[in-house]
Amino acid sequence: MLNLVDTRADNVAIPMHVRAMRQPLANRKSKEKRVVNENNGRMAWVAEVNAIREHQDKQAFARLFSHFAPRVKGFLVRGGAAPDQAEEIAQDVMATMWRKAHLFDPARASVSTWIFTIARNRQIDIIRRARRPEPEDLPWGPEAEPDQEEQVALQQDTERLGKAIAELPDKQRELVEKAYFGELTHAQIAEETGLPLGTIKSRIRLALDRLRHAMR
Amino acid sequence: MKPMKDIKHHLTNSLLMGYAAGTLPEAFNLVVATHISLCDECRAQLAEFEAVGGEVMMRTDAMAMNADALDIALAALTDSPEEVQIKAERAGIFPTPLADYVGGDVEAVRWRRVGGGVKQMILPTDSGATVRLLHIPAGASVPDHGHRGLELTLVLQGAFKDETDRFGTGDIEVANEELDHTPVAEDGLDCICLAATDAPLKFNSFLPRLAQPFVKI
Repeated sequence: MLNLVDTRADNVAIPMHVRAMRQPLANRKSKEKRVVNENNGRMAWVAEVNAIREHQDKQAFARLFSHFAPRVKGFLVRGGAAPDQAEEIAQDVMATMWRKAHLFDPARASVSTWIFTIARNRQIDIIRRARRPEPEDLPWGPEAEPDQEEQVALQQDTERLGKAIAELPDKQRELVEKAYFGELTHAQIAEETGLPLGTIKSRIRLALDRLRHAMR
Repeated sequence: MKPMKDIKHHLTNSLLMGYAAGTLPEAFNLVVATHISLCDECRAQLAEFEAVGGEVMMRTDAMAMNADALDIALAALTDSPEEVQIKAERAGIFPTPLADYVGGDVEAVRWRRVGGGVKQMILPTDSGATVRLLHIPAGASVPDHGHRGLELTLVLQGAFKDETDRFGTGDIEVANEELDHTPVAEDGLDCICLAATDAPLKFNSFLPRLAQPFVKI
């Protein structure tokens, strides 16, 4: 039997009284609840993708599906897709995630980031009907030891970025969101977004340097 | 392809965000993807803008999937995930995304003369912007021109100088309508560039203006 209930974010050890305190606030503001949950959940999502890669774990897939598919669908509809089409693409994105789990690198992306890039590529193919040249793949190096600390740091940085977006002044946040919903041309995208950019870049830059070094 | 070590001129944040969002015209996508293939600095910065995209997606109101969606998904899963494909590292001067458009490296380019020793090949893309390869003999110049829109010029071999700076291999110049410039290829190697624009260039002298309809610049 598959456990289809999306319990991931909540089954991380949180004392009962903390959960109880969180509840009324979560009921008032659903977006804030999501942020709180993500906080505990990111490494858990990484573990689910690892479970798919390592032993084709269908329960892990089901939990990822329950959490991410409705968000992919909502994002695509917000970007102008018809609900039926968005449903179909969300299905396709989840199937791609299953097939490409071995390509996911938690030292370089959060699961939300990775799923976003898959969804974006399908959106360009199917909805925008455009061709999107991709950068050359990184050379596939000798299997590096997965560094838990690096992964946790990257996941935390992504978490902080998510919070920073939530805390932007409304007008600025709406501009960032519009850029990703496809409502701005490149000329309309602001050079200064107000986002605290740089930490994720520096971390990934180091990871790339290490990878390049390992290839030599 | 090995990343270039001494790139000084990078992509702008708005181009990287547009590429991460997937909203650039195809011609710009090609120049961005080609530069990132050579530049780990911009590759890392792109990853950050993709992380922004992921967070925007997670903030957007979710929309319930159909009741049978998960069953359909589970039924469609294959038993064995895809094999990892090991790709040989490319030789030559064109990173993979560009080589895919040309159908090979520099020897596969079908050059057309456009005057002054300059040669070009326009690459087929959708209509939002155009992209071409330019071959400028060492020491030669591209006619003085301004821009109505945005022009991206990525150096793939050699180097050029204009009124703003020197651009070496791997560097990208992002020029808007405020810039009137006359790029001159440095002595030494002939300069090969990938240039994209979302509006026709404006030539400031009579002759190139006359030739413009014929060379499709």
